[in-house]
Amino acid sequence: MRQLVILLGIFAALFLVPFAVTSEAWRTTIILTLYAALLGQAWNILGGYGGQFSFGHAAFFGTGAYTVAVLQVQFGLNPWLGLIAGAALGVAVAAFIGFTTFRYGLRGSYFALVTLAFAEVLRILSNTVDFTGAGVGILIPLEQSATNMQFASKAGYYWLLWLITLAAFLTVWWIGHSRFGARLMAVRDNEDAARALGVDPFRVKMQAIMLSGFFSALAGVFYAQFFLYLDPGIAYGPAVSVESLLVPIIGGMGTLFGPLLGAVALHTVSEVTREVIGDLPGVSLVIYGIILIVMVLFAPRGLAGLVARLTSRRSTATREARHA
Amino acid sequence: MPDLAIIVPSVLNGLTTGALYALVALGLTLIYGVLHIINFAHGALLMLGLYGVFYLNTRFGIDPYVALLIVPPAMFAIGYALQRGIIGRASHGRDENILLVTLGLAIVIENASLFLFKSDTRIIDVPYAFEVVEIFGAFLPLPKVIAFFGALVTAVLLWLLMAKTDLGRAIRALAKERKGAKLVGINVEHVFAMSFGLGIACLGVAACLLLPSYYVSPQVGHGFVLIAFTIVVLGGMGSFVGALIGGLIIGVVEALGGLFLGESLGQIGIFLIFILVLIFRPTGLLGHRV
Repeated sequence: MRQLVILLGIFAALFLVPFAVTSEAWRTTIILTLYAALLGQAWNILGGYGGQFSFGHAAFFGTGAYTVAVLQVQFGLNPWLGLIAGAALGVAVAAFIGFTTFRYGLRGSYFALVTLAFAEVLRILSNTVDFTGAGVGILIPLEQSATNMQFASKAGYYWLLWLITLAAFLTVWWIGHSRFGARLMAVRDNEDAARALGVDPFRVKMQAIMLSGFFSALAGVFYAQFFLYLDPGIAYGPAVSVESLLVPIIGGMGTLFGPLLGAVALHTVSEVTREVIGDLPGVSLVIYGIILIVMVLFAPRGLAGLVARLTSRRSTATREARHA
Repeated sequence: MPDLAIIVPSVLNGLTTGALYALVALGLTLIYGVLHIINFAHGALLMLGLYGVFYLNTRFGIDPYVALLIVPPAMFAIGYALQRGIIGRASHGRDENILLVTLGLAIVIENASLFLFKSDTRIIDVPYAFEVVEIFGAFLPLPKVIAFFGALVTAVLLWLLMAKTDLGRAIRALAKERKGAKLVGINVEHVFAMSFGLGIACLGVAACLLLPSYYVSPQVGHGFVLIAFTIVVLGGMGSFVGALIGGLIIGVVEALGGLFLGESLGQIGIFLIFILVLIFRPTGLLGHRV
């Protein structure tokens, strides 16, 4: 319960951010941070709680993004309906990838490689077929109105994203406190033991990948409406997959607040480097990479793990002091 | 339906490209297939090797084939140091951590190169770059034919090394039974680093043979990573002959895919093969574990 109260408190405070921050540039920075938290939380469901390291979350993200864009541009469908379609197709792609890989028991690095390959297949396809605009990409025409999911002020985008992200975080809180979550973590910790206890790992992993795909696709829908441009490299390229896994790994996999911590940490670092070194190509990513290596070397449980270690050390210290 | 006069040259051309892929995959076979280290930095390290060859040629006028004496040993040292200093320490007993740390290395190496070398695509200028050899009516670039035989020789050398030397025996012992190898006195960290170094040295060989007919840019490794993994899995993890055959198959698939499906869709066959092999026959074509 305490976790839920903290979660709702954080999101209540986050809701008010646009009132305090009126600069559109700063709003964009905050939106991108929250968006990273959403992407990371989506990955966290499958990777952190389920232990299935996907390197191809771009497959779900890109499907959500292309669905809303293509339906709008080619068929004139309202993006709010496109959002539903995008999420549904994201889940469908997740179900397909999950079915083909989990059915045959692919685990660990095999799973990582095969998801990467699926995302590549989709990238090549979207680079080839006409209705995605092929290599040229797809440009969503500017028609600012809330009914068209194009907001004149960044605050509108922010609250839409806030709502989706809140849903993702509540879902993950539920995973942490439900029978489904217990089964999922059991599969992560020891699949054979979980099976022996009557858990159906295939079913549990399918549910996790579909949930994960759902929120990744929503992140994709948001991205498309926010930037109004997509191409195969943006939608299905490895950058999205890498950001999806980097955020929860830096922040702490399999924890509720890990993706939020990770997103804030990464975006703070990239803002600071931009301030200090300027906009040099590649430099901020070099720092990303170094952070990733350092985290894996010295804090394999992420920032949340570090925080937990520090606080538990302090509480044992106080307890010992009391006993003395 | 294109006739044989188009298909045969296309297949031959695919074979020479496939040999280049095989060269890149041979190192990965040692690293991934034998030691089960997922090395996402493989493409990035190949790119470093290519820049090494490029600068040796443009600054010091050293021919890429002469650079074979310099680049592979340098790459060996880099590989040894990376495994000993970073990758080996990062595992904490989990494969996923290695995956992440090599991903981090790839990001660092690629973007540092983007910063240092700029994003331009560069080629070298060697007198034999455009010489061709005629085989069965197909005109193949001489550097690609040399690379083809280079791949054969490299595969044989690696096979000999694994079969005949103490180091090869130690590597095989480690791959099979890590604890047992430790018990009989094998220095695990050293042998792991030697194998990783050798795998990266293979990339050095690949870079020297590749550059006369190819180009270098900070992103050049991207295209090779998944292809190399595909070849290793296809060839049967840990089999050098398998990797060679796998590489040739992939080259032909890509060439024919390009011929029948068009340039941009051509590569899709590679990834489909990869997915299908991983799902249905993860032990590969010559499936046995070393």
